[in-house]
Amino acid sequence: MKRINRHYLVRNFHQAKWDEPVIFELSRKGERGVRIPEAEEEVKAVAGDVMAALPTGLQRKTPPVLPEMAQPRVLRHYMRLSQETLGGDVNIEIGQGTCTVKYNPKINDRLASLPEMAALHPEQPVETVQGILQIMHETDLMMREISGMDRFTFQTASGSQAAFAMASLIKAWHRHTGEDQQRDEIITTVFSHPSDAACPAIKGYKIITIFPDEEGYPDYEAFKAAVSERTAGFICANPEDTGIYNKRIKAFTDLVHEKGGLCGYDQANANGLLGITRAREAGFDMCFFNLHKTFGTPHGCGGPGSGALGVTKELESFLPAPLIDFDGENYLLNHDVPNSIGRVRSFHGVAQVVLKAYAWMRSLGAEGLYEVAKVSVLNNNYLFRKLLEIEGIDSPYDPSKQRVEQVRYTLKKLTDDTGVTTGDIQRRMLDFGLHYWTSHHPYYVPEPATLEPTETPSREELDEYIATLAHVVRECYENPELVKTAPHNSVIHQVDESGMDDPKEWAITWRSYLRKTGAS
Amino acid sequence: MMSIKGFKHHPYIPNSVPEVQEAMLKEIGLNSLEELHAEVPEAIKLKENMNLPPALSSEWELRRHVEGLLRKNRSCRDMLNFLGAGCWQHYVPAVCDEINSRGEFLTGYAGEPYNDHGRFQTLFEYQSMVAELVDMDVVNVPTMDWAQAAATAMRMAGRMNGKRQVLVPALMDCNKLKVMKNYCDPDLDFVEVAYHPNTGQLDLDDLKQKMNGETAAVYFENPSFFGFLETQGEEISRITHEQGAVSVVGVDPSSLGVLAPPSHYGADIICGDLQPLGIHMNYGGGLSGFIATRDEEEYVMQYPSRLFGIAPTTVEGEYGFGDVAYDRTSFGDLRENANEFVGTQSALWGITAGVYLALMGPEGMRELGETILQRSRYAIHQLNQIPGVKGSYFDAAGFKEFVVDFSATGITVASINQQLMAQGIYGGKDLSVDYPDLGQCALYCITEIHNRQDIDRLAASIKAIVTETPGQ
Amino acid sequence: MKLGLIVNPVAGLGGTVGLKGTDGMAREALALGAVPKSGLRTLEALKMLESLREDLVIYTASGEMGEAVVRELGFACRVLWHSEKERVTDVDKDTTSREDTRQAAKKILEEGVSLLLFAGGDGTARDVYEAVGESLPVAGIPTGVKIHSPVYAVSPEKAGELARRFLRCEITGLKTEEVLDIDEAAYRQGHVETKLYGYLKVPDDARLMQGRKSGSLLSDESAQKAIALRVVDGMVPEMVYVIGPGSTTRQVMAALDLPATLLGVDIVCNRQLVCSDATEKNILAAISGKESRLVITPIGGQGYLFGRGNQQLSAGVIHQTGPENLMVMATLSKIQALQGRPLMVDTGDPALDRELEGYYQVMTGYRESIMYKVITS
Repeated sequence: MKRINRHYLVRNFHQAKWDEPVIFELSRKGERGVRIPEAEEEVKAVAGDVMAALPTGLQRKTPPVLPEMAQPRVLRHYMRLSQETLGGDVNIEIGQGTCTVKYNPKINDRLASLPEMAALHPEQPVETVQGILQIMHETDLMMREISGMDRFTFQTASGSQAAFAMASLIKAWHRHTGEDQQRDEIITTVFSHPSDAACPAIKGYKIITIFPDEEGYPDYEAFKAAVSERTAGFICANPEDTGIYNKRIKAFTDLVHEKGGLCGYDQANANGLLGITRAREAGFDMCFFNLHKTFGTPHGCGGPGSGALGVTKELESFLPAPLIDFDGENYLLNHDVPNSIGRVRSFHGVAQVVLKAYAWMRSLGAEGLYEVAKVSVLNNNYLFRKLLEIEGIDSPYDPSKQRVEQVRYTLKKLTDDTGVTTGDIQRRMLDFGLHYWTSHHPYYVPEPATLEPTETPSREELDEYIATLAHVVRECYENPELVKTAPHNSVIHQVDESGMDDPKEWAITWRSYLRKTGAS
Repeated sequence: MMSIKGFKHHPYIPNSVPEVQEAMLKEIGLNSLEELHAEVPEAIKLKENMNLPPALSSEWELRRHVEGLLRKNRSCRDMLNFLGAGCWQHYVPAVCDEINSRGEFLTGYAGEPYNDHGRFQTLFEYQSMVAELVDMDVVNVPTMDWAQAAATAMRMAGRMNGKRQVLVPALMDCNKLKVMKNYCDPDLDFVEVAYHPNTGQLDLDDLKQKMNGETAAVYFENPSFFGFLETQGEEISRITHEQGAVSVVGVDPSSLGVLAPPSHYGADIICGDLQPLGIHMNYGGGLSGFIATRDEEEYVMQYPSRLFGIAPTTVEGEYGFGDVAYDRTSFGDLRENANEFVGTQSALWGITAGVYLALMGPEGMRELGETILQRSRYAIHQLNQIPGVKGSYFDAAGFKEFVVDFSATGITVASINQQLMAQGIYGGKDLSVDYPDLGQCALYCITEIHNRQDIDRLAASIKAIVTETPGQ
Repeated sequence: MKLGLIVNPVAGLGGTVGLKGTDGMAREALALGAVPKSGLRTLEALKMLESLREDLVIYTASGEMGEAVVRELGFACRVLWHSEKERVTDVDKDTTSREDTRQAAKKILEEGVSLLLFAGGDGTARDVYEAVGESLPVAGIPTGVKIHSPVYAVSPEKAGELARRFLRCEITGLKTEEVLDIDEAAYRQGHVETKLYGYLKVPDDARLMQGRKSGSLLSDESAQKAIALRVVDGMVPEMVYVIGPGSTTRQVMAALDLPATLLGVDIVCNRQLVCSDATEKNILAAISGKESRLVITPIGGQGYLFGRGNQQLSAGVIHQTGPENLMVMATLSKIQALQGRPLMVDTGDPALDRELEGYYQVMTGYRESIMYKVITS
């Protein structure tokens, strides 16, 4: 038999395409997907005609128009749709910059699906949930060591909710000290996550954003001009989306403290800094991590994830209640948090995600976390060096400086040369089974791309990504139309979004679609 | 010399192999891993490894350790559970678990409408099915939980009409109210509306009195946190609309096979939790909030959430999906623009709820509702037989949950629950701490998973406790 | 779908031979050996419309004013205006005149096209503005020497893409951008004198199709309104507010429900109009002995706070008000278009310019500001 040659790096890819109907089209009258236990005859006899007993006006007159489907039909539909989704389990996750999509160990999912986790009710007596409380408490202890903060809560169910809780804490603190009226400004930086600005704005704060200096660091002179007695707090990421680490961070936090403000550290993505440097040494009063980024828990197509919000001793009494305590023998829910901002989420946060993060950290230990940081930064700088060798790809700011865990690139030259935009390249990369993310808006960096390899990809996978991007760049010069009309090998072709902004055209549900297209 | 070490050959980290690291470092002109992080000042760098528990580097040790911890929990699989109060134990069909543990969904995230077509389609379908359930035309990609959905609904209303007072029932879940208040502070003020002590339902005279030109929204729930039904929905919505305010109704979707959706009695915004729809409780981690409205531009533009819409592609016959009205922030009050933020919330539970509703169909949802109605009435009836126990504190029809009054037994709920636990039963949530006005009451939850024997066992246990415990 | 197209065929000629602009100088430029590129660059823009070929009719003017490139690409073409002078490369004949641009634009406006693409520089934008004002969406293909007016896309390809997406209704919003031009005669003498001539409506491309991980931004016009509300809500009684020209600042007048002078300075106190279209003298009189604020916005694509299009806000006025009393407003899209370059001042008083250097809080939303650097030009 002939030897098969599979020695190329750029993959000949086509994503699964099932051409699957919308679920309502699969409905067949009378089919059932699952049956519900019927009440026993004795129960029925005692209960009487419960439907007739419902107050008039509260009885449902017409049944909901849900699909009627037998079980295999439902299963197959969703299995197919799952195959039409490019999860981290199946692709080389480099392209979703800022998202920190890394390997999510399967063992952790198995553990979290055990009934001793999945079938816990949040109101169970504490003596019956000692296991999960211990896990949450010990995760708190580990987070304290990783950040230098003194206490964590996991009630915040996402990074944005944690950023929001930070803003709530800042407000509560200044109310407590009587300076809330005077302090109505929060300072952030332009390459921090947009929720670092959006969340404090919900709390009524004015937001002042600092732009970078020529070197790409947040402009310290601008910062000095911004900090005043009106400053309630400073919330930023470091490194920012550019991957550049603000070396003078301590000078920033010191200045804020000097003027009486608080400092919050957005460490949603702390991947590159684990065991390297901490929020405390950088002078922050609080920080948060995203467990679904840095701590290896799955993203679930957009949640459930979890935020972990940590604060210094001074702010502990402002945290959302209850806190999880350990009295040396038992784990307790401490509702006695005197200055608490109240609650940000029901119950105790997303406990199963905390469990997965706990298991992830326990597998790695301190040395493993350090390895994670080093390898993710190694991977990133390797990718950075290699991509800059490609004609048309540059980075804003000094390319000789190391980036931390991700890089924001600019493809402006490529666009100027070829007319192909970074958005076109994004769609074309999908034709090779790879993500590619541009940037938050607006594009302060022209034709941006943000790539973040984490510790997960192997060297060969990094090389595949680099070779594929180089291939696409070549296509831009040689056959730009091919890139502009991409994707060609993804699940579907270019979507006509022309109706998406028009109330007469948009269809957010199947029933609206039927109505607006005149089919019903 | 730094005494800081890494973990080589870790299974999760392909490039933790020293030879590979050396080769890669060389490629980028560095000699050692220490030369990375050159931008972090030495002054704030850690000089030794963090003080963390030692790694459980073999999967077996890890599994054994974590399972050992989890064994300290006594789950609702082992115990007979009657707790509800915002997180409910329903049956979770196996297909729901199968789909939400598919790696593609579990580890998917923020791809494009092309490579993540499946994510877009499942979430569009979930929106569409919940829309049928609540009889509205617009449903969002889910938010954190019911409390968050309700809080957002309040802000939506406030942005729409520019007013700053919201009315809520004095008798509602105090923890949900805490979330709502913190989220809406400092833009909205909460005012509580009195209730009829015997039914729990809103006191309409008080409602009218508290409504004024500054009222942005009126919020109530059906079924309420305490299980009773609010039968005056139409009248409440009418009063609300007369003042130009928005009627917001929270709902338990598991009731909607048998109960009229709030859109039928004037709700403008409906919110609730998806957790009853095929999602495990997860110690509260299974919660997932939804918001629904009519398909009117005024409302659609207020959603902070993503809304997935269907659209054609360049190929005839192909379904495509995308974000509807992505620039939604330009409508309405520019003083309150864009201030809510969307990020990671609970999309996987949206997908799961879709699977559940597809499995259930209209008939399944009706049966579910009917079984719950029958069994909860049966439970009330059985508990009523016990001397000193009032099966339902409120004199109103209810769904799934009900307040059991033990005051006349002279025994505290805490004591009863303690004794029930010894018999393998989690009694209802003790309301006496947060709602002292109700006396010694507990909130019980009965779903389709509680069969007659379970209910009889509960009744027998309580009967034994109240007749055998000496009065206090 | 109907698209209008006007090419100023002589645009850009001056630049290549060291003339600072081509207004009235085309013949000299051609004589000096300038090669006309405007048509070629327009071709690049029109190529982006390839996918619309079947549905598209382009309404244009004859010869090198548009017809030639449209025919070259084979798009359906209707000529609405015939210039008497069709060839620019022929030095003996007169080149097309500004009047041709205006007449062609008027015809295209009457035809009811969805969008008018025009190729040229600041002079061409002025001519288009004079013909169509704000009554027709337009987009500029940058082919001229002077591009101070942000009505131009950053490249011909981008202009073409913008047109395509607008015609396909992928972009529906419009924003108002300034038409600026410098006095070329003065410029050639080494003096920069930029005037604000008006405003054009251009498609608002804030929405981009890809990469949606987070919330989006306000449309440009909404952002302008939001900033204006902030200024108005914060107005202090008895304070004199001098509202400079610009599409952002004029929203302040709209928020106060007061008539705005299109290109000039208005003065407001206690929410009442004190003076419309104020001259430097009027302003000095109005602020004399009173506390005052200058409400300004960077004008044009170069980001000038003073010295371009708002000469009434003279060094004397700024001295009087005090540099600490500047209220600067700008939408994020305006800031983004600067690509990191600082804002500039050119008051004609070097000492004052130096005094004005530093960091300013620039209002970008109702609650949002940025700290931004200001330097002398």
